[in-house]
Amino acid sequence: MFEIFGIPSQALFGQLLIGLINGSFYALLSLGLAVIFGMLNIINFSHGAQYMMGAFVAYLLLQYSGLGYWPALIVAPILVGITGVIVERLFLQWLYKLDHLYGLLLTFGLALILEGVARNYFGSAGLPYTVPESLQGGRNLGFMFLPNYRAWVIVASLTVCIGTWFVIERTRLGAYLRAATENPTLVRAFGINVPRMITLTYGFGVALAAFAGVMAAPIYNVSPQMGSELIIVVFAVVVIGGMGSILGAIVTGFGLGVVEGLTKVFFPEASNTVIFVIMAIVLLVRPAGLFGRRG
Amino acid sequence: MRKTLGLAALAAVLACGAANAQQLNVKIGVLSDMSSLYADIGGPGSVAAAKMAIADFTKDHPNVKVEMISGDHQNKPDIGTQIANQWFDVDKVDMVIDVPNSGVALAVSQVAMNKNKVFIVSGAAASDLTGPKCNANTVHWTYDTWMLANGTGTAMVKTGGDSWFFLTADYAFGHALERDTSAAVEKAGGKILGKVRHPLNTNDFSSFLLQAQSSKAKVVGLANAGGDTINSIKQAAEFGIVKGGQKLAGLLVFASDVNALGLPTAQGLTLTETWYWDANDTNRAWTKRWHEAGAGATKYPTMIHAGVYAGILHYLKARLDMGPGEHDGKSVVAKMKATPTDDPLFGKGTIDATGRKRHDAYLFEVKPPAQSKHPGDFYTLKATIPAKDAFRDPKDSNCPLVGS
Repeated sequence: MFEIFGIPSQALFGQLLIGLINGSFYALLSLGLAVIFGMLNIINFSHGAQYMMGAFVAYLLLQYSGLGYWPALIVAPILVGITGVIVERLFLQWLYKLDHLYGLLLTFGLALILEGVARNYFGSAGLPYTVPESLQGGRNLGFMFLPNYRAWVIVASLTVCIGTWFVIERTRLGAYLRAATENPTLVRAFGINVPRMITLTYGFGVALAAFAGVMAAPIYNVSPQMGSELIIVVFAVVVIGGMGSILGAIVTGFGLGVVEGLTKVFFPEASNTVIFVIMAIVLLVRPAGLFGRRG
Repeated sequence: MRKTLGLAALAAVLACGAANAQQLNVKIGVLSDMSSLYADIGGPGSVAAAKMAIADFTKDHPNVKVEMISGDHQNKPDIGTQIANQWFDVDKVDMVIDVPNSGVALAVSQVAMNKNKVFIVSGAAASDLTGPKCNANTVHWTYDTWMLANGTGTAMVKTGGDSWFFLTADYAFGHALERDTSAAVEKAGGKILGKVRHPLNTNDFSSFLLQAQSSKAKVVGLANAGGDTINSIKQAAEFGIVKGGQKLAGLLVFASDVNALGLPTAQGLTLTETWYWDANDTNRAWTKRWHEAGAGATKYPTMIHAGVYAGILHYLKARLDMGPGEHDGKSVVAKMKATPTDDPLFGKGTIDATGRKRHDAYLFEVKPPAQSKHPGDFYTLKATIPAKDAFRDPKDSNCPLVGS
């Protein structure tokens, strides 16, 4: 077995794969943020709280109606997506014409409220949620032990990411959406209900966050602060990828997962700073982000 | 007539003065993490425990008037220092209690020393508080890293877990816990194969767990706390660490963490605590009152909450014995050390010269779900470690207060 920088290659391959898996979560979350920013021009700071809601709804479904992981994977995003639609109708729709700052403040406030409510009812230690039976166990790949659940995470995340990218960039519906962001008045003139489309887009972005939340519940601690811990990193991912760029969010999500994974091998103490160092460098060299378009 | 009235007024004033002289006024500040990862092990539950202690003490001693305030240090030493300074200087607080997070506790301990007030630690773990960083104003009540290391570490080595790999939280507490556990393991004849230091509040441990797995150590020691420990244990189960023959040692696991993990994931875990809510009828009755005092009914009190309660009782007892008037922090702590402790939750105990409160510790194992009879029925008692062995001998503490 050969070594790279003193680390056995076996361990290195393992860490690369682990990085990709963690990147799946970054990609899923930053994808939702990018969709919302790209289409609505809203910096959705409550994304982390909505991710947390997804996990909590999954827990509540299991606890009170006996719905397990698989149904929750569909039901929780729909329920949380509906709350997103309500938020958009009640508050966000009035903010599109104003400065970004207003949307940011509103969603940040919402995030604080959601977290506070969850902490009040469930405490901060967390709630139990186990890996579904069909995905328990794992297989030995020779260079590492891969839990079945992690393999599923990577497959599901890639499918959802590519699917979303395809719908927005390659279908008629996506074309309407993109056109509506460029020039809503003109698109309206063609008889398309632009406000409803925008509302549903926000609902979809929120549902993506909740989907990531359900995916996270079996392996991460389901606690009120689970979202706020992750959201800062995810914002860095979006900034590095380029605000509003769908492809950028997906590629940087996976890429930074790998970078972070490697840092955990070579210099673990820096593993939660490395992404911000990269962000600073990218902002210096390419202020619009790796995949962003200038101005 | 006028003269009589005047005399009566004078008498009334004198009587008032006498009553005032006998009344003892005390102000206590509960400084904790109210809204983040340690809010369930301390936080609002500690405030509830403090209220209970004050209510119980003033019921028997109506001439003692106790005021309580609470604050959120947000796990930041600078904020903790700032609140402690303000409490001591402006709000005239006599004693600060709790302070989970060793980084913050070490900082507040300095403040208490500089202002010559009293600091009772219940939430923080670093044994440095009664070691090299000890002072005559600080009492460390509930538990510490030496006791955790000695309890869990020694027990694991004795049952065959003689090679260790550490996952360590990268701050004062984690370092202290790793250092004390390494010492306990090596003393018992085990060896340390490696360690990895992760940032506080890490979400994903898979990378670190892979490193632990490839180290082939028999025991993976978790020198972390709260959400970090929960995430490590959850993901260790996923990566088949225990199925692969390695054992997990949760060096600091609270009842609230076991609740968050659920018994299916946590079963079999060995851990050390100094107080368990379901250990006897007294504790269960106390827990019932604790729920009524404002802590959430679905939560379980931790040993930290019990320590806040017992610490306040002992402090008030010392103040009552010293009588009314101003007393500086050092003399109060000296009085607390001179008086043997006795409270319903920890029983009889002492405070040694370093400020270390000494009581029994218990080695527990988390029950499998099938054996758990009611909600919160988490542990089986494996061993009781007597007070004299549970905590570090003051001679080995490197504390300047102990003459060599």
